[in-house]
Amino acid sequence: MILPGIIDREVRLLVQGITGRQGRFHTEQMLKYGTKVVAGVTPGKGGQEVHGVPVYDTVEEAVREADPTASIIFVPAPYALDAAAESILNGLSPVVVITEGIPALDTLRMVSMASRRGVRIIGPNTPGVIIPGYTKIGIMPNQYFSEGRVAIVSRSGTLTYEISKQLLDRGLGQRIVVGVGGDYVIGTSFVDVLRALKDDERTDAVVIIGEIGGDDEERAARYIRESGFDKPVVAYIAGRTAPEGKRMGHAGAIVSEGSGTAESKIQSFKDVGAYIAYRPSEVAQIVAEVLGVE
Amino acid sequence: MFLLEHEGKEILRRYGVRTPRGVVVTRDDLDRLDSMVEEYPVIVKAQFLFGGRGKAGAVKKADNPKELREVVEKLFQLEVRGATPERLLIEEFVPHEEEYYISIMASKSDKSLLLLASRYGGVDVEELARMGRHILRISLSPDEAPMDNVYRAVAKTFFGSVDRDLVSKVAGLVKPLFDAVLGEDLLLVEINPLVFLGDGFMALDAKVIIDDNAGFRRDVTGFYEYNRSMTEGERIARETGFAYVPLKGDIAVIGNGAGLVMATLDLVKYYGGEPACFLDVGGGASADRIAKALEVVYREVSPKRIFINIFAGITRCDEVAKGIVEAVDRVGIPPEMFVIRLVGTLEDVGREILESRGFRVYKDMDEAAKEVVKI
Repeated sequence: MILPGIIDREVRLLVQGITGRQGRFHTEQMLKYGTKVVAGVTPGKGGQEVHGVPVYDTVEEAVREADPTASIIFVPAPYALDAAAESILNGLSPVVVITEGIPALDTLRMVSMASRRGVRIIGPNTPGVIIPGYTKIGIMPNQYFSEGRVAIVSRSGTLTYEISKQLLDRGLGQRIVVGVGGDYVIGTSFVDVLRALKDDERTDAVVIIGEIGGDDEERAARYIRESGFDKPVVAYIAGRTAPEGKRMGHAGAIVSEGSGTAESKIQSFKDVGAYIAYRPSEVAQIVAEVLGVE
Repeated sequence: MFLLEHEGKEILRRYGVRTPRGVVVTRDDLDRLDSMVEEYPVIVKAQFLFGGRGKAGAVKKADNPKELREVVEKLFQLEVRGATPERLLIEEFVPHEEEYYISIMASKSDKSLLLLASRYGGVDVEELARMGRHILRISLSPDEAPMDNVYRAVAKTFFGSVDRDLVSKVAGLVKPLFDAVLGEDLLLVEINPLVFLGDGFMALDAKVIIDDNAGFRRDVTGFYEYNRSMTEGERIARETGFAYVPLKGDIAVIGNGAGLVMATLDLVKYYGGEPACFLDVGGGASADRIAKALEVVYREVSPKRIFINIFAGITRCDEVAKGIVEAVDRVGIPPEMFVIRLVGTLEDVGREILESRGFRVYKDMDEAAKEVVKI
């Protein structure tokens, strides 16, 4: 079901960039998953259909004709800010930005525009959000997710699928999985997701999959302490062996001049009583122990 | 992308920030030094891709041509963090009393353009914070040019005054910095030390980082870091679009997804091995792409073993398997070098291809990691 704070209302999804290769493929995958994909937009391709979904030239037209509530963006980096702005101006929320390689200034513009209008941006460079059994606004493979009571919030894609699958192998499904994105600047942080989960009655435990770079993990740890967050949190931080000054694939995954290290993040989580997994496979093991599942 | 000081200063000058007069020299200029420098004293600064050069002895003063030659020769031999400089910046010596600090960065945690200023420059900003010095912090929006209040706050921080003339001098510094950030897609512009010469500010140093993602709208191919001693493998990786970082160990690690590959490096280390590289082939890699990645790794880091860790979503295990076979047949990578872990989309097909060629295929990441460290 919806998770207020992240997904505030029933999802009727608009796909921006629906006629591209990725847009087509993932529209089909989302439809298969049961997501209500009600419209697509590609300027100049209005009037077409993609897997039965009507395509419009503008978001305004899509809103008028098909009443979407949220958007997912597959538009290439040079046009992503413009596409996001179009959804923001039309009041869609959340806007999930899958696109990788967007300049940080464009993301800042996107995020500041969204926050002025009360719109949530998830990403960029994210696999999206999935609420198993309800909806998927994203590109994660359907088979590794199933309804349950463990929430996952992560900066990475495949590593999330890996850990999610291992939870399933132990009979632990997911309440919600939020990919916050691997970029330098992102719209939704770990703290935003934790805030939404804090009093969520459907969540028993939270898995945080962090990585080197930035201080989102440290902030999440501080939030856990200051808010009295009382659900068990299991944290895994990737990049303990990454050399300083090298960007490890994600734009945001870089240790620079001693800040953003895995040690600092691990220590912050330890300090607030979170469980630390040192290998991906330990995550599911610890969650199972904490929840008393054999 | 981190710019050299002189590259950063060129950008600053273009936007109207004053910098000392200076000239860049390479080793080829050694015989021409005398004709390149007219006035003394000068400051000679080794151009490295990192800060903290003062402490590392990479900045020296020279009072005459003889000293200049000595200093230049010395600095070209200086090794800091495993690097020796290819360029030196020789600048006029600027006498000054107070040193100030100013920077604007695209802030991840603030989700804004964060301006920091302090009246105590010369030490790094973390140090200032530790010393308990006041640091002015203002969150600027990329969509709104700073107004006078911003300039007043900076003037007050620097001079303890909002004198009209001082405020306008501050505006003459901050506005160009802001414009440079927007105009050049900078993630950071930091001037430390910044000095005030009565008629305006001058940037004695410049630390500038350009957003790598802005390559489609800015030409970044001229900068030093872009062209720096890039290995053949790094070049191929950039062209092919996979993320590749050579490391010092002997176990090459290849996988799909940055987080997964980082986690795999950590796991190799956890079990006592040393990773030879980080290579993320990205999502949906074709057999060709896999083979190319393997070729890069095999040729370049001379690994004892190659650890392939694929958790396939959009990626297809059959393509991965075909890529491995191609790398063995075409590139000649010895099959016994591989430890392969393959899970996900079309796993059975991939497994069959590999097993028919005598490979063992692991399902479990830990088991595979334990195997790969047994060199």
